[in-house]
Amino acid sequence: MEKKYYSSIESLTGKTDTSTSTDNIEKSFLDLLREEVATKSTSRRNFLKLCGFTLAGAALASSCENPVKYAIPYLNKPEEVTPGASLHYATSYYDGFEYNSIIVKVRDGRPIKIEGNPHSPISRGRTTQRVQASLLSLYDGTGRLKEPLKDGKPITWNDADSDIIQRLNDISNTGQQTIILSSGIISPSSKALINQFLSKFPGRHITYEPLSVTGHLLANKVNFGITGIPDYLFDKADLVVSFSADFLGTWLQPLEFAFRYGQSRDLQNGKQKLNKHYHFETGYTITGSKADERFTMKPSEELGLILQLYDEIAHLAGQKKQPTKSTLPIIKKIATELWKAKGKSIVLSDNNDPSVQLIINSINNTLGNYGQTLDLDRLILTRVSYDNDMEMMVKEMNDGKIGGLILWNCNPVYDYQDSEGFIKGLSNLKLTASLNSTENDTNQHFRYILPSPHYLESWDDAEPKTGIFSLTQPAIRNIFNTRQAQDSLLAWMGQQTDYFQFIKDHWQNNILNSSTDTWTDALQKGVFEKPVSTSGNGYSEGILYDALTSIRNSVDSKKIKQLEVKLYASIALGKGNHCNNPWLLELPDPLSKISWDNYASVSPKTASINGYKTGSIIKILDFSIPVYVQPGQADDTISIALGYGQKNIGKPGSNIGVNAYRLVNSQIDHRSLFRQIDKPIILEGEYTLAISQKHGSLEDRPIIRETILKKYLENPESGNELHREFEEKHVTLYKEVTFPGHHWGMGIDLNKCIGCSTCVIACQAENNIPVVGKEEVLRSRIMHWMRIDRYFKGSPDNPEVVYQPLLCQHCDNAPCENVCPVSATNHSNEGLNQMAYNRCVGTKYCINNCPYKVRRFNWFRYATNEKFDYNMNSDLGRMVLNPDVTVRERGVVEKCTFCVQRIQAKKLEAKMENRPLEDGEILPACVQSCPADALIFGDLNDPESKVSKFYKEPRNYHLLEELHTLPSIGYLTIVRNKEEDQV
Amino acid sequence: MYKTEVRGTLIKGNKNYHQVSSDIIAPIDQPIPLWWKAAFGISLLAVVYGIVAIYLTVSIGIGTWGVNNSVGWGWEIINFVWWIGIGHAGTAFSIFLLILRQRWRTSINRAAEAMTVVAVGCAALFPALHMGRVWLAFYIFPYPNTRGPLWVNYNSPLFWDFIAISAYLLISASFWYFGMVPDFATIRDRATSKVKKAIYGFFAFGWTGSSREWLRYEALSYVLGGIAAVLVVSVHSIVSTDFAVSVIPGWHTTIFPPYFVVGAIFSGFAMVMTLMIIIRKLYKFQDYVTDSHLNAIAKILVFISLIMGTAYASEIFIAWYSASDYEFFTFFRNRITGDYAFEFWAMIICNAIIPQLFWSEKIRKNLTAAFIISIIINIGMWYERFNIIVTSLSKDYLPSSWTTYNPTWVEIGVYIGTLGLFVVGVLLFFKYIPMIAISEVKGVLKPTSQKTNHHD
Repeated sequence: MEKKYYSSIESLTGKTDTSTSTDNIEKSFLDLLREEVATKSTSRRNFLKLCGFTLAGAALASSCENPVKYAIPYLNKPEEVTPGASLHYATSYYDGFEYNSIIVKVRDGRPIKIEGNPHSPISRGRTTQRVQASLLSLYDGTGRLKEPLKDGKPITWNDADSDIIQRLNDISNTGQQTIILSSGIISPSSKALINQFLSKFPGRHITYEPLSVTGHLLANKVNFGITGIPDYLFDKADLVVSFSADFLGTWLQPLEFAFRYGQSRDLQNGKQKLNKHYHFETGYTITGSKADERFTMKPSEELGLILQLYDEIAHLAGQKKQPTKSTLPIIKKIATELWKAKGKSIVLSDNNDPSVQLIINSINNTLGNYGQTLDLDRLILTRVSYDNDMEMMVKEMNDGKIGGLILWNCNPVYDYQDSEGFIKGLSNLKLTASLNSTENDTNQHFRYILPSPHYLESWDDAEPKTGIFSLTQPAIRNIFNTRQAQDSLLAWMGQQTDYFQFIKDHWQNNILNSSTDTWTDALQKGVFEKPVSTSGNGYSEGILYDALTSIRNSVDSKKIKQLEVKLYASIALGKGNHCNNPWLLELPDPLSKISWDNYASVSPKTASINGYKTGSIIKILDFSIPVYVQPGQADDTISIALGYGQKNIGKPGSNIGVNAYRLVNSQIDHRSLFRQIDKPIILEGEYTLAISQKHGSLEDRPIIRETILKKYLENPESGNELHREFEEKHVTLYKEVTFPGHHWGMGIDLNKCIGCSTCVIACQAENNIPVVGKEEVLRSRIMHWMRIDRYFKGSPDNPEVVYQPLLCQHCDNAPCENVCPVSATNHSNEGLNQMAYNRCVGTKYCINNCPYKVRRFNWFRYATNEKFDYNMNSDLGRMVLNPDVTVRERGVVEKCTFCVQRIQAKKLEAKMENRPLEDGEILPACVQSCPADALIFGDLNDPESKVSKFYKEPRNYHLLEELHTLPSIGYLTIVRNKEEDQV
Repeated sequence: MYKTEVRGTLIKGNKNYHQVSSDIIAPIDQPIPLWWKAAFGISLLAVVYGIVAIYLTVSIGIGTWGVNNSVGWGWEIINFVWWIGIGHAGTAFSIFLLILRQRWRTSINRAAEAMTVVAVGCAALFPALHMGRVWLAFYIFPYPNTRGPLWVNYNSPLFWDFIAISAYLLISASFWYFGMVPDFATIRDRATSKVKKAIYGFFAFGWTGSSREWLRYEALSYVLGGIAAVLVVSVHSIVSTDFAVSVIPGWHTTIFPPYFVVGAIFSGFAMVMTLMIIIRKLYKFQDYVTDSHLNAIAKILVFISLIMGTAYASEIFIAWYSASDYEFFTFFRNRITGDYAFEFWAMIICNAIIPQLFWSEKIRKNLTAAFIISIIINIGMWYERFNIIVTSLSKDYLPSSWTTYNPTWVEIGVYIGTLGLFVVGVLLFFKYIPMIAISEVKGVLKPTSQKTNHHD
C-alpha cells in the first residue's frame, strides 16, 4: 500500500476543519471521555484511562490557550529592513527644557528604545530619565493630536492652509502683527525659516518657556555681551558652591553635568581627589543629597547669603569693602575655601533674578573661574526665552495690537501664571492656530488645531551649544494625520520645498564646510561639531552696582509672612510636558519616593508646629494640596513640584496632582519660583500619597557603607571593614560553583550615583515592565525591576541622603533558586539568576526568600486589561514593547535578567564575527543609560575587565554579604568630602 | 465495668452492647434536628462566600488579595498552617494513644479523625489557591514529561510539603475510613430503608464480623497507625521547613520542626476539646465522652502550653543570644514591640498564659470554661502563624522594602469559606457517620474476662 503522509487527522480522513481553536481539542477529548463512559462498564483499567484523559485534557486546556494571530510578511522586502534585526537612527531630543542627542532603536519599523548617542559630546551615550521615557509619548493614543481640526471639527490640510493664508494676509493688510509663540527653539533651520516667515507676514517670534533662565541670560548679556550661558565644567572644579541649583536633576543641562560631576566624585583606580560641594537649598533635591555639606535656607534668605559671600570674596580680593559682622561663619569658611581654590571653583545659583546673577557672575569673575571651570567658548544655548516677552505679548494681545497667534509646542493656559489674561487676549485675535503635537489645556481655546508629529516622526536640527550641531530625523512614518510645524509655515509661505530639503539646504549653505563634511555623515552620526574660536574673558561689570544696591535694599526690607513657597521642576515630569507619560508618572521621586502626585513638602518642624502630617490637605491660595513631611526641608517653607495638575492631556495624565504654576511670582523682568504666603489652613479629610518606600532609616545596618575623604585617604577600606571580615570567613560545605565561560557581574559606584532614576526608566523601556497605577503602588506592588533605595541619615532637620540602586543581585548562592518547587528560577552557567516564566506556577516563595526583595509578582494581567489602562492596553501603546523580551503573564514572578537578551545578542555578534567579546561591549539598559557613569557591567572571569578591577577596589562590598548569597553585584562605598562623620 | 486504675470507668451508665449501638447510631436514624439545619445553612452561606472569593482569586488574580512584593504570603499560608495544625489532632490523638494502648481514646478518636480529614482537606485548598497560576499546579507533581524532561526541584520545601501533605491526607483518610468499616456494617445491619442499606453496605466493604476479619482489621489499624505516627511528626516538621529553610529572620530557625509539631498538636487537641464538648452537649453523649476524657485533654493542653511557652522563650532568647541584628530586630522591635505587638502578645497570652488556668481542677471540670479556653487556644495558634509569616516578611533585611500587610475581603472570604466547609464536613459527619467508634467502645465496655450480656 502506498504510504500516505498526513499532517493532521483531518487531512487523512478528508474532513476539513480549519479552526485552530483549542475548544475543538478539548471537545474531542470530552467526546472520547463520553464514549468511554457510555460504552464501557467501569473497570480499574478504564478508570485509569479516564484519569489519564482528564489529566491530559487539563494540561492541554491550560497550556494551549493563546489564540493564533497572523503576521503578514512583506511582498517585497524593503532594502534596509530585516525582520527581527534592529536599525539604529541618530536623532535629537529637545523640548525647550533639555537637550539630548540620542540613538533610536527601530525594530520592524517601530521605535522601541532610546539610547544616548555616543558620538555626541553632550550625551556621551547617555540620556536623562525624561528623554528615555519620551519614546512612550510617540505611542500615546489619548494624549496626541491626531488630525487637523477647525472649531473642533476635522478639516483637510488644504482647506486649513487656504483659510490660514487668507487670514494671515488679512492681518498683514490691516497692519497687525502675527505672533509665533513657541517653546524654546534651538534649531538654526527653524530660526531661519521663522525669519523668512515673519518677513512675509510681519510679526514677531516669541519664545515662551515656563521655566526659564532669564536672569542668567540678562546678566551674561550685561557682563559678556553674549546670548547664552557659559558651560559649567564640574569635572574641573574642586569646589562647587550651589545656591539651590539642582544641576544634577533638572537645571540647565543635567545629563552633561551629572557625567562631569560623576568624574569629580570618582575614586576608582587609585584616584585620590574628590571635589567639595556646598549646597544651599529649600527643598531636598538630588543635587543637595550629593553635596558634602548641605544647608537649608528659605528662598528669601538666598539673596542675603549670596550678598554675604560677595562681600567676603570682595574683601579677600582686596577691595575695600569691609564685610558686615553678621556674616555667617559658614559663608566665611566657604569664601576662604573659594579663595584658595581660585580658578578651580564654581559658584552658581538657579535664581532667576538678573541682579542675583550679576553678583554670582562677579564672584566667579573675581575667583578667576571664567575660562577655567566656566567655558565661555561653547555656550549652552538650550535655554533661550526671556520672561518679559510673554508679559508684553499678553498685554499687546489685550490691547488689540496683535492679529494672529500661531502656537507651537507650548501650553500657556496651563503653565503661564496669568492664563486668564492670555485667554482673554485670544478673543481679540483674527487667527488662532495651534501647531502643538499633544492635547493640552491651551488647544481648546484655539480655532485651528494643526497638529505636529512627535519628534521621532520629524525632521529638525539643533545647536545646543555653540558650534555643536545635531540633526533630528524621523524613525517612523507619521502615525497620525499630522504635519510638521515647519512644513505648515512653509506651506503658508507658499513654498514648494519641504522642511527636510530646507534643513539640508540650510546645513549645506551655512553649517557644513562643503569641502570636507557631508550631509550623510552628519545625519549618520547625528552630531556635527564645528571648531570655535577662543575668545578672551571680556568681563565687564555693567550695572553690578545697581544690582547690589537693589539686592541690599530688598534684603533689608524683607516682608515677613508666615511661610514661603518654592516651586521646582520634578525629576519625573520636568516642566510638565511629560505629564501624560505613564512611565514618568509612576517614577517615584528620588527623595520622597512618591509617584502619581505632587504634594506640598514641609519640614518636620513646620509640620508639628502647624499640625500638618503626611496626607493632610492644606489650602494654598485657591487650591488644595496634600502635605508630605520631608526631612531636610527648610523650616517655614513649602516646596511644590510643577508639571502636575493638567486637565486635558489625555489618559492617564489628566487631573493628576495640582497645578502649581499659578503660584509663579511675576517680577519686572523675570518670573520667580518662590513667593511668600499666609499660613495655609488645613482642610477636612486625608489624602493618600503613593509612597513606594515606606521606611527611610538604615536602622544601623551595614547596607550602605560610608566614610569621609580623610579616613579614606588613611585607609581605603575605611567604612568597609566588614567586607574583609566576611571574605575571610567565606566557607562552604558544598562544592564551590564555577563558571567556566563567562561570569557576568555588575559594579555600582554609590559615590557616583546621583539617584536620578534614569536606570529605572531605561529598564522599564527595555524589559516591557508594566505600569500598575497609584492604587497598586500604594499596595507595595510597583513592578520596577530596578529601584533606587533612598535612606536618610542624621537629624530630620537636615539629614544626609544616600541612594542605592537595587536590582536582582544574581547571587551565585541564590536563596530564591533552591526554594522554587518547579525549578522555574535557576542559575545559568554564566552566573545569571534566570527565570523561566513558562515554568513558574507563582508560589511566591522566591519573593519571600529573596533578602533583597527584588522579585516582582504579576498580581494581575497587566497587558490588555481595562483596569490597567496604560500603554499596554492599546494596540498603539503596545508597539513600544521590546520583542526580545516576553510580556509576562498573570501569576508569574519576574525580575532583572541583567538584560540577558542584550548579552545573547552581543555574544552572537562576536561569534558571527569570530572574535572574543570585548569588555564593555555588553551594556544592560541601566548601565547604558546612567548619566553619572556609576554602573559598569562585564565578565568577572576576565581579570582585565573593568568589573573585575572594580571588585578589587578596597571600597567594594556586596549587599548582605553576611548571608553568603554571593551576589554578582558590587557596591563601592560612599566617600564624602567633609571633616566630620555625621552620627 | 471496664476500669483502669487511673481513669476509672470509661463508659458510664452501665450500658449493654445493644444500648451502645442504639445510642451512637441514634443521630443517624433520627430526623435532622433544627439546630443542625440552622448551622448547616449558615455554614453553607460561608461556603458560598468562600466560593465567590475563590472564583475572584482564580479569575482575576492573586492581586485581589492584600499580599504584596515584600509580604508574598499572607492569610492563605497562615490558614494553611493553621488548618494543618488542627488536622494534626485526630491522627495524633488516635494513633499515639493506639500505639500506647490507651483505650480511653475510643470515645474520641472517631470524631478526632473525622476532624483531621476535613481540616487537612481545608488546608490543602490553600497551597493550590496561593499559586499565581493554579491551572498549572500539576507542574509540582513529578510526572514524566517531554520537556527535557523538566523535573521538580527536590530541594524545595514546597515540594516536600506537597508530598508530605498528600501522604498525610491519604493515610489519615484511610485510617479513618478503615476504622469505620465495622460500624458501617452495624448501621447496614440495622438499617430499615433499602437505600440506606445499599449505601452503608457499599461502605461496609462486605464486612461480616468474622474473627478472621477482626484479626486483619486489627493488624491493618496497627500498620496504618505505625505509618501515620511517623507522618504526624513529619508532616508538620516539613511544613515548618517552608520557613526554616529560608534566610528570612524569624523564619530561619532550627527550633521550628519540633516547635511546629507541638504547636500543631496543641491546636488540634484544643479543637478536639471544642468538638467533643459540642458533641457531648448536643447529642447527650455524656456517658461516652465523660468528664474524665475532657479532664485528660485539658491536662495534655496545659502540658503542651508549657512547651509552647518554652519554645517562644527560647526563640526570643536565641534572637538576642545570636547577636544577629536582623533577628534581634524581628523579635524585639517588630514582634514584642512595634507594629505587630498586638499579634505577638495575643499569641503569648492565648497560648502560653491562659491555658495555665487548666492547672485548676475546677476550671478543667467547668465545661463552659474549658470550651472558651479551647477556642482561645485556636485563636492564639492562628496568631502564632500570623506572627511567624507576616511579621518576618514585612520587615526583613533591607528597610527600603519594609511594608505592612492588610488582607482584603477576598482572602478573608477564602478563610471563611474553609471555616464553613469545615463545619459542613463536621455536620455531615454528625449526621451520617457514627461519631463514636461503636466497635471499639464495645471493646472497653467490659473487661474481656467478664461474661457479657449480648442482646444483638
